[in-house]
Formats: sequence, structure tokens, C-alpha cells
Amino acid sequence: MEKKTCLSLLVENNFGVLSRISGLFARRGYNIDSLTVGTTENARFSRITITVTGDEQILTQIKKQLNKLIDVITVIELKPEESITRELVFIKVKADDTNRNQIVEISNMFRANIVDVARESLIVEITGTRDKIDAFFNMVEPYGILEFIRSGDTGLQRGAKVLSF
Amino acid sequence: MLASKLILKCLERENVEFVFGYPGGALLPLYEALRTSPIKHILVRNEQAGPHYASGYARESGRVGVCLATSGPGATNLVTGIATAYLDSIPIVAITGQVNRDLIGTDAFQEADITGATAPFTKHSYLVKDAADIPRIIREAFYIASTGRPGPVLIDIPRDVQLESIKTGLTYDKVDILGYKPNLHGHSGQIKRATKKIKEAERPVIYAGGGVLLGHAEKELLAFAEKDNIPVITSLMGIGAFPEDHPLYCGIVGSHGYEYSNVVMNEADLIINIGARMSDRATSRLTSFEENTDFVHIDIDPAEIGKNMETTIPIVGDAKTVLIDFIAKDTSKDHATWLAKIKEIKEQHPLVYDADPPCSDLINPKVMFRSMSEMTSDDSTLVADVGLNQIWSALYYHIIKERKFFTSGGLGTMGYSIPAACGVCFATLDHPKEVFAVCGDGSFQMSMGELGVIAEHQLNVKIILITNKKLGMVRQLQCDVYGKGHYSGTDINFDIDFMKLAEAYSIKSYKVDKNEDFNKVLPEAIKHQGPVLIQCQVHPDFIRI
Ligand SMILES: Cc1ncc(C[n+]2csc(CCOP(=O)(O)OP(=O)(O)O)c2C)c(N)n1
Ligand SMILES: [Mg+2]
Repeated sequence: MEKKTCLSLLVENNFGVLSRISGLFARRGYNIDSLTVGTTENARFSRITITVTGDEQILTQIKKQLNKLIDVITVIELKPEESITRELVFIKVKADDTNRNQIVEISNMFRANIVDVARESLIVEITGTRDKIDAFFNMVEPYGILEFIRSGDTGLQRGAKVLSF
Repeated sequence: MLASKLILKCLERENVEFVFGYPGGALLPLYEALRTSPIKHILVRNEQAGPHYASGYARESGRVGVCLATSGPGATNLVTGIATAYLDSIPIVAITGQVNRDLIGTDAFQEADITGATAPFTKHSYLVKDAADIPRIIREAFYIASTGRPGPVLIDIPRDVQLESIKTGLTYDKVDILGYKPNLHGHSGQIKRATKKIKEAERPVIYAGGGVLLGHAEKELLAFAEKDNIPVITSLMGIGAFPEDHPLYCGIVGSHGYEYSNVVMNEADLIINIGARMSDRATSRLTSFEENTDFVHIDIDPAEIGKNMETTIPIVGDAKTVLIDFIAKDTSKDHATWLAKIKEIKEQHPLVYDADPPCSDLINPKVMFRSMSEMTSDDSTLVADVGLNQIWSALYYHIIKERKFFTSGGLGTMGYSIPAACGVCFATLDHPKEVFAVCGDGSFQMSMGELGVIAEHQLNVKIILITNKKLGMVRQLQCDVYGKGHYSGTDINFDIDFMKLAEAYSIKSYKVDKNEDFNKVLPEAIKHQGPVLIQCQVHPDFIRI
């Protein structure tokens, strides 16, 4: 059975590390849903969050193959009950004098921010879990979504535990 | 110290004796330093052969083989050889020159992204951006190549880095790579479970792969098999892991293995897989066994376990260490009935040697390799190329005692045998032994240029060139898949005078078309110190393996 899984990787900040990881997914035919990279508390390392879809066997292989890369220090699965994951999304919605306030109101309910206002559109910035974002999309859809960008999931384990080696 | 000198000092520290290379602009500084280095440079005749030399050297000596190539076309010429080493887990280090740092990314003359190009089939690679990193990178590269599951590592060094002058010496010794800590010891709980399964099994089989050879676990395998009389089957890469004249030896499995070995494997209720990948080529003739067979899978690479086949009991660890643990446990069981059954299977599926005319008019390669087995020393090394010649030598040349058998099993790279056999010769220069390169008329022509190296260094290699005027194995496939007569692109029509070719290189040569004649010339060839080519003519229709 296919499922969506979120992996968190601690990697050495070496030349080519991102291409090694994305190349691995490409050549072994695994699907990446999203991938985010960022710096960490230590300049030597980066943290990568990858969401993938696949069955149990494929997910196990993905973890093992990632672990084989010399630059990958640790790979963990961010299980929903033990971690927080969030996504940042910008949505450009059609808006004019007749409905602008309604959209602002919906955005407030979702604690989303209006970050750009124009005569015929708005850009809303929203952070949250996939469910929350899906719900927001559902609400603003009728007004007309002109464009959007999703950052992909990023996350950390809950509690004092840290991803180390 | 000049960085180029430091590179060679680092190689010396790794006990490198030979580098198999080809120069060019981006390696000028390194070659200038090589001029006065104790490391011997062997000028290969095409970079494509370089990694194969290194591979043969590594497999024979158990050390890391090293090849060199300049930037751009030199580097890209290495690609197939590196992939070949990767698929067979052979420890080699490839060093490439690169354009100056400030030119990288500008499509400069002879610039190629070689770390990018080889990423899918290197265990790891480095682009050296700072000469101060050289000692660490070279130490790490050799460590990564030779430990855990071995494999090729590439180091790409820009020309201007080689010219830097640096103060740091060989200060870096201890390797500490956070993301690389190979696990040698099998989990004790898993070992307990596995040995319990082994004790319970009625029809166990040990399936030995290349991992046994890479882990130098042949002695332990023998001891474990003999302890409770468990039969041993090998993969193509596992040939040599177990003596073929041993009563427990049960042949080679796979699409090109022995019939009886596949039957035995199908009948087993427990397969103890030690360092074999269960690749599609090995398992294609195993039909019934997944449902009613248990699998114990020992591999140093966790990713191999469960990749191609569901495993009952996985054990991540080194073959030798885990086998020692197995031997210490009680696995006793009487396997007399099972061994009797195997004997029966062997009798029901005998090896067929004879051929009918017109095939029998020329050399019968099966008989030829069988008699070659009897005429050669107990510590010979045979390097087989790819094609029918490879399968014939794998199946009918017996690997006993200290003999070794090398081939390109995973990638199936034509042209492997000659440079790899040369690598074996370089690894044994101080104690020359019988080294055979077996190749077909197709594969020979892929590495023919290396005759220059053989002649120059008077390598003691005996080339067994099997000419059937065909790309035999592909032709056989065409026949199997599309029917007789559906041959396309598999004729090697032009009749090359291989004797004249050998003469051009001053290499002693023979041409034979009868088994008796082969039997006569082989001892002469072996006695001759230096290279010999024996052309053995086989009928194009001799396609049965
Ligand atoms: C580099 C490369 N190209 C193509 C192939 C496909 N191939 C496999 S066997 C074979 C024929 C080999 O012919 P030859 O060397 O004459 O050996 P024979 O089978 O006739 O003994 C070919 C073309 C290959 N394995 N490697
Ligand atoms: Mg041929």
C-alpha cells in the first residue's frame, strides 16, 4: 500500500550533496513529493526534509540507499505523532472591491497573512499542516486562484531529542 | 611541498605500487611529479582499460587498484570501467585531472563534469577545491573504497590545485567520516535466530556470492559447510568461494548456471545467502521457491537485504565475522537424506559435453576448458570476458585450491578480460603465476590495443582467444527469442589474421582448431615465459552452454 512519508536528513554540507540525493531518487525511480534544504546550528551540516510516496518496501529501500551516501549522516522518519511538520504557501487569489473583505476574513480565520494587495488580486501567506492548507485552498477556490507556490514540508522531531550522529 | 608531490606521497602511504594511467594537459603537474616518484606508472593504451587494470590488480592482490586519466575525454573514457567495478564491488580509486578552478563551469577546453557523470556508480567522489584537503581526501578515498562493501571512489583534481604549494604534510591519519561507519558484526539476536533456523532446516543450501571473496571468508565458509554437511552453490561472482572439487559443492546458479544447481536451489527449504545480491540473472531460473523457502541473508550492505527478495532473517555484517559466529553455534543436523537427493538430482541433470557435426569438427570449448583445468597449476588465475567464452570458462574450468576466477559479472562489460588479466600480472610481478585471459573475437577487439602494454612489459599472460566469427552470446539470444536465422548484426565477418596481429606485437601465438592440438600447445604456451596468444576456432553454431 502506498503512503506518504516525511524523512529528515542530516547531511554534510559538501559539494554536490543535493545532486547526489536527488540523483538517487531519479535513477532508482522513486518519487519525490517535495524537498527542502536549509542550514543548521552548525555550518558544517545541512538539514533536508523530503516527502515521498511509496509502499513499505520502497520506503525501506529509500532509507537504506540514502544511508549509503557517504555525505548523509542520519536519516529519520518524521512520524506525525512524534514530530511537527509545516509547509509555507503563497496563494495569489483574484480579489476586487466586492469580495476582498471576505477573503481577508477567511485568511484571518486560518491565521494567514495578506502580504500583497492589488486592485484585482491578493497574495495570502499561510503556514500549516497539509490538512490546514488543503482546507484553506478549499475555501478560497471559489474566488479564483491565479497562482500559488508551496514550499514543501519541513519539520523537526518533538521534544528535546535532536538529530545527531 | 607542491600539491602534485603531496598527492603521490599520499598514494605511497596507501602502499600504491602501480598507477594505470594516461596523461593529458590537466594532469601535467602530477605527471611531472610521477617522473621522480617510486610509484610505477603503466601507460595503458586507452583510458577505457584503466579501471579494468586496477580491478584485476585489486582482485588479485586484495589491495586498492588505482587508475589515472586527464580531464574531459580522458575522464569520460573511465566511465564504463568505473561502473564495471561498482557493480562487482571492486575497490579502485580513479584520479582525474580537472580544468583550473576558475574555469569550472565555463565549458572550458576538456572540461567534463566527471563527478556528476559517475555519481550513479561511484561509492563516493571528491572534487578537490583546496590543496590542503589532499591528505584527508586521499586517506578517506582509500578507506571508503576498501572497507564495508568495497567499490570505486573518484577524486577529481583541478590542474591549479596540483600546482599549489602547501605547508601541511601527511598529518591526517585517522579516518572519521560521520556518515560512514560500516557495521562488521552481525546482530547477536539475529545470529541466534538464523542458526536455530539452520538447525531446523531439512534441506538447507548455502548460496555464496562475491561477498565471500571480498570478505576473504573462504576458509570460514569451508569450515561452516563441512561442520554439518551443508551443500554450497555459488553465483557467477561467487566462483572461487568454495572449492569445486569438494563433495559439498553444488555448482553455479542462474540463467547461465548449471541445470542441476538451479534444481537443487529450487528444492531447498532454507537458503543461507552469504554476500550474493540475488540479481535477476541469478534467480531467473528459480521458479517455485519463494513461497516455501526461508531465506537467511548475510550482507555487509543493508540495502541489498530485502531488495530483490523477501528475507526471513536478515543479518547485516561481514561474511567472515558472521560465519565465525555461525561456526560457534550448534547447528547440528543429519543431512544424509538431502545429500542423497542432491546426488540423484546431479545424476538426472548431467553435464553434457559432446557436440554433433558440424560443431564437433572444430574445437569443443567445453571439453577444452575441462582439459585446461587438468593442465594448469593449482594457483592459476583465469579472467573471463563476456559472452559464450565467459560461460564456458565459468562452467568448465574448475576453480580448485588456490585458483581464482574473475569476470565482469554485474555489468557484463566486454573487453574486461585482457586489461584485468594484465592487472593480475602486475600484482604478481614478483611471483609470476599462470594467468589466463579468456575472450571472444568480439570482446578481444574491444581491448586489442592493450597488447601494446602486454608486449612492452612482457606480461606473463596467456590469451585464450575463442573465435567463432560471431558475437556468439547475442546471436544465441537472437535464435532463442526470434528463431533460427533471425541473426542481425552479430557476424564478425572480416577474417582477421590474429597470428599476424600477434606478430606485430612480437607475441608468440598459436592457432588451433582441434582439441588435441589445443592440448598440445597449451603446455608449451605455459612454459614460455611471457605473453602467448592461442586462437581457438569454434564453430559459429556451437551455442549450447
Ligand atoms: C561493452 C558491451 N557491449 C555489448 C555487450 C552485449 N554483448 C554481450 S555478449 C556479446 C557478444 C560477445 O561476443 P564475443 O566476444 O565474440 O564472445 P562469444 O559470445 O562469441 O564467445 C555482446 C555483444 C556487452 N556485454 N558489453
Ligand atoms: Mg565470438
